[in-house]
Amino acid sequence: MVKFLPLKKAVAENLHDGDTVAFEGFTHLIPTAAAHEAIRQGFRDLTLIRMTPDLIYDQMIGMGMASKIVFSYLGNPGVGLLRRARDAIENGFPRAIEVEEHSHAGMANAYEAGAAGLPCAVFRGYRGAGLGAVNPNIKSVTCPFTGEVLAAVPAIRPDVTFIHAQKADRKGNVVVEGIIGIQKEAVLAAKRAVVTVEEVVDAFDDLHPNLTVLPSWTIAAISVVPGGSHPSYTHGYYERDNAAYLEWDEIAADRDRFQEWIRKNVLESSADDFAARVEHLRKAA
Amino acid sequence: MSNAPDLGFTPNEMMTIAASRALRNDDVCFVGIGAPSAACNVARLTHAPDITLIYESGTIGTAPDVLPLSIGDGELCETAVTTVAVPEMFRYWLQGGRISIGFLGAAQLDRFGNINTTVIGDYAHPKTRLPGGGGAPEIATSSKQVYITMVQSKRGMVEKIDFFTSFGHGEGGDHRKRLGIDTAGPTLLITDLAVWKPDLVTKEFTVVSLHPGVSREQVQATCGWTVRFAEALDATPAPTELELKTLRDLQARTKAAHQGTAKGKAA
Repeated sequence: MVKFLPLKKAVAENLHDGDTVAFEGFTHLIPTAAAHEAIRQGFRDLTLIRMTPDLIYDQMIGMGMASKIVFSYLGNPGVGLLRRARDAIENGFPRAIEVEEHSHAGMANAYEAGAAGLPCAVFRGYRGAGLGAVNPNIKSVTCPFTGEVLAAVPAIRPDVTFIHAQKADRKGNVVVEGIIGIQKEAVLAAKRAVVTVEEVVDAFDDLHPNLTVLPSWTIAAISVVPGGSHPSYTHGYYERDNAAYLEWDEIAADRDRFQEWIRKNVLESSADDFAARVEHLRKAA
Repeated sequence: MSNAPDLGFTPNEMMTIAASRALRNDDVCFVGIGAPSAACNVARLTHAPDITLIYESGTIGTAPDVLPLSIGDGELCETAVTTVAVPEMFRYWLQGGRISIGFLGAAQLDRFGNINTTVIGDYAHPKTRLPGGGGAPEIATSSKQVYITMVQSKRGMVEKIDFFTSFGHGEGGDHRKRLGIDTAGPTLLITDLAVWKPDLVTKEFTVVSLHPGVSREQVQATCGWTVRFAEALDATPAPTELELKTLRDLQARTKAAHQGTAKGKAA
């Protein structure tokens, strides 16, 4: 049964040291508040999975929480590089991390295989690409019908997946709309899923019948955190804070400035602070 | 280049506009972020109003009023014909063979259109860890053709790339075919100085057209390999007034939109 919990409790109950965890969101609906709560609780030795790690994994890697990262695009979208992740990979600071790198197609197929209960994903990919030589989890299979050689990657099955979504109803069903990314697959592939939402409504009576809805029984815990995806955005609620992404490039470039930013904006803050951060990004009604 | 004559447009503007001209109204284009995104939207706002622009966030047939900072900005979804999940994007639309043009940028490029956006230096101990491939490895092999656009430099256009993020023509010739890749691969390279096309046999990128005011020497001076020029070298037509105005208006709207969110920013 899904539980409505304060974020602090939802994270404490579902994430543990050494877990394989996905905080998913494809530019849109990034679960920043959940990631910041994980930073406050100081988990260690996590394997972080995400197609587009961006700021929150830069922050978690910079705080030394990850022993391994699985990804397909290690950048600050539209801005450039992730400087804390680079420091870890290039200099082992604050600790060395293992890297497992895929393409988007590889990760998307692997999540889908996880959701589908398959051991691996099969697709036409990685042809001529260098990743096949440096990632032992990229292999191939031969189609038994046509003889075509196809790429194979193991299914992704996180211990826990965190996502952010627009809203839940009182029963704990969750609706995700806009750029839906890989969130449905990431939730269904995981042993446990935690969802932060902008709001809870009485019922979903007036929704389009084909909208992406995650039934309550696919979710372990829901936390209401308005603004919880900032500086990412929530379609229909507030816009992407592009200026914050540009600013992050400077903050993350310096180890001390990074620590100072984390202290002020994460360690000495709480999930309740997110609502104010998106106030200027809400569209005028 | 303080001695360069004032042509009324910059090399970057020429690059974007020349790239936009390569796109057709009936193209279905998988758009990379940065220079490709600008070119694709200029095409849509000028000669190719019905072009289908697809970003890897799953937005199909999008028509943004400003250039997105990321591949997943909200406006891409709001203006799209439909928005699909990421696995569907890569399985049905890209792998399914629906994309006519994959439009990519590059950090490092070689003469055969192979692209590196992964690492500078050794993969295990990189000098610089770049973002990596994202969608590019499969865009490069599943799109019917690949267009590449980048600013020329000796650091960017190199004899040998450090990592094969996206496969172009490999070692040239029929290398794609030998790997079982049946799409055309890179068929066009547009830089700030010239338009390049692969040689029909060797597949080496060859300069076919110089932008206004650009000399062969300039092209060679900003390229890390020995440049081949076509026997009959064309001159790229200068940007028209409409093209320049469209691009500049788009960039002005984009700049205003991306800086706007800084106002009243919380701590």
